[in-house]
Amino acid sequence: MFSLFQYDFFINALYAAVLAAISCGIVGTYIVSKRIVFIGGGLSHASFGGIGLGYYFGFNPILGAAVFAVLSALGIEYTTKKASIREDSAIAILWAFGMAVGIIFVYITPGYAPNLMSYLFGSILTVSHLDLYLLIGLSILLILFFTTFFKPILYVAFDEDFARTQNIPVTKINYLLMSLIALTIVFNIRVVGIILVISLLTLPQIIANLFTKNFLTIILASIVIGLAGTLGGLAISYYLDIPSGATIIFFLVILFLIGRIVKWILSRR
Amino acid sequence: MSKKLVEIQSLSVAYNGDNVLKDVDLDIYENDFLGVIGPNGGGKTTLVKAILGLAKPVSGSIQLFFDKGSIGYMPQISRFDTKFPISVFDVVLSGMAGKGKLPGKLSKKGQNKAKELLEQMGVIHLRKKAIGELSGGEMQRVFLCRSLISQPELLILDEPNTYVDNQFERDLFNELKKLNDRMAIMLVSHDVGTIAYYIKTIACVNRKLHYHPSNIITEKQLAAYDCPLQIITHGDVPHTVLKEHDKS
Repeated sequence: MFSLFQYDFFINALYAAVLAAISCGIVGTYIVSKRIVFIGGGLSHASFGGIGLGYYFGFNPILGAAVFAVLSALGIEYTTKKASIREDSAIAILWAFGMAVGIIFVYITPGYAPNLMSYLFGSILTVSHLDLYLLIGLSILLILFFTTFFKPILYVAFDEDFARTQNIPVTKINYLLMSLIALTIVFNIRVVGIILVISLLTLPQIIANLFTKNFLTIILASIVIGLAGTLGGLAISYYLDIPSGATIIFFLVILFLIGRIVKWILSRR
Repeated sequence: MSKKLVEIQSLSVAYNGDNVLKDVDLDIYENDFLGVIGPNGGGKTTLVKAILGLAKPVSGSIQLFFDKGSIGYMPQISRFDTKFPISVFDVVLSGMAGKGKLPGKLSKKGQNKAKELLEQMGVIHLRKKAIGELSGGEMQRVFLCRSLISQPELLILDEPNTYVDNQFERDLFNELKKLNDRMAIMLVSHDVGTIAYYIKTIACVNRKLHYHPSNIITEKQLAAYDCPLQIITHGDVPHTVLKEHDKS
């Protein structure tokens, strides 16, 4: 296994695993605590529209996905607050719209669509330098934002109406967080793929939440659990020669089951 | 003449084109203890939200003669996600968020104030627990602490006597009576019977608002105000609604 460390692609995969754990650990805690997992699922699928456009017009699909996801995120926040569309209906529409646009544009793109599978199912071993730079930038932004505004974020997530009475800029914080959720999802698509990325933002938190009910502790524990999941999944996928994205998520589900059993044993004593 | 805190003039609020409140006039003065009663869906909570600036009027005006950050607000606890990972201490501190210069940067003074309030309400030992691990009564105490920490000039409580036992209800209302020396209180309840003893004046809200400048109201008057309410009483809570009671 140590011979692997000679390879750039493997080193890149390790960097990606660490950065995925950090960004998903922070943003996922917000998503799980606020019960907006469905929004995450919607955004990751909506972003496929941008990937399709990227293929057709010949720009980087991840950048297209980022634009699609951020606009979808802002749209969901806007329609549910201003227009009288139910939030889950807005998500369902954008979810389907993005997938449809993506499929149509990938289909009409002449020739073969390289790497399409890596967007759908993830491929941590093929992350590019651009992917890593995006993840590094995002992780730094998230750490800065969450350390500076930790309390306001917590208060707004817990009780938006009350936060408004306290003159906290609730609307700005909500739009900003929705954008950060969208970017976190898109930049982690290369790690586990569109279909599974939401698991990377929820499974570590659900496991951590078994043992702690403190927002900050859940963030920190999720980063550690996420790292265990990505590295463990990567190792297993290498030895068994199976797809890395699916293995990472499968491994996290196993960790969840172990967590449940440990919790059950602890509660019986 | 006591100072006027809130002036509401011909206020109308609508959701999806339906008027929830229509042509409401109401003044709140310092030292008021106003009971807001009315049937479910009659617009009580909407009136509160309008005063807090959370619901936009379609017409009319609401004027506050003090800083909006000086309203203490205790919402209905049924509204909360009690699984949310936030500690009791943080919940109380969030009531000070509007006071600091940088949102969320808290002074030692604020933390001490929070501890003092939790101590007073008898829930200091729970401060490190997650909010969801508390009983209904304990939770109400914590949310009362949160609404008081900013030392408000106006305290608004929305159905504070749901999910609590009679003992807590009595303690809470007696506490409010004491607080009333320092702040105006607006108490929303669907249950006129239990609050009548504590309040000074009554507002009946059922799309329209009828102000009643005493705490004694008869079923006849309620009917005239178009405020169909069942007068329910529980146990030994003072409940004189139909006639004057002796304040023993």
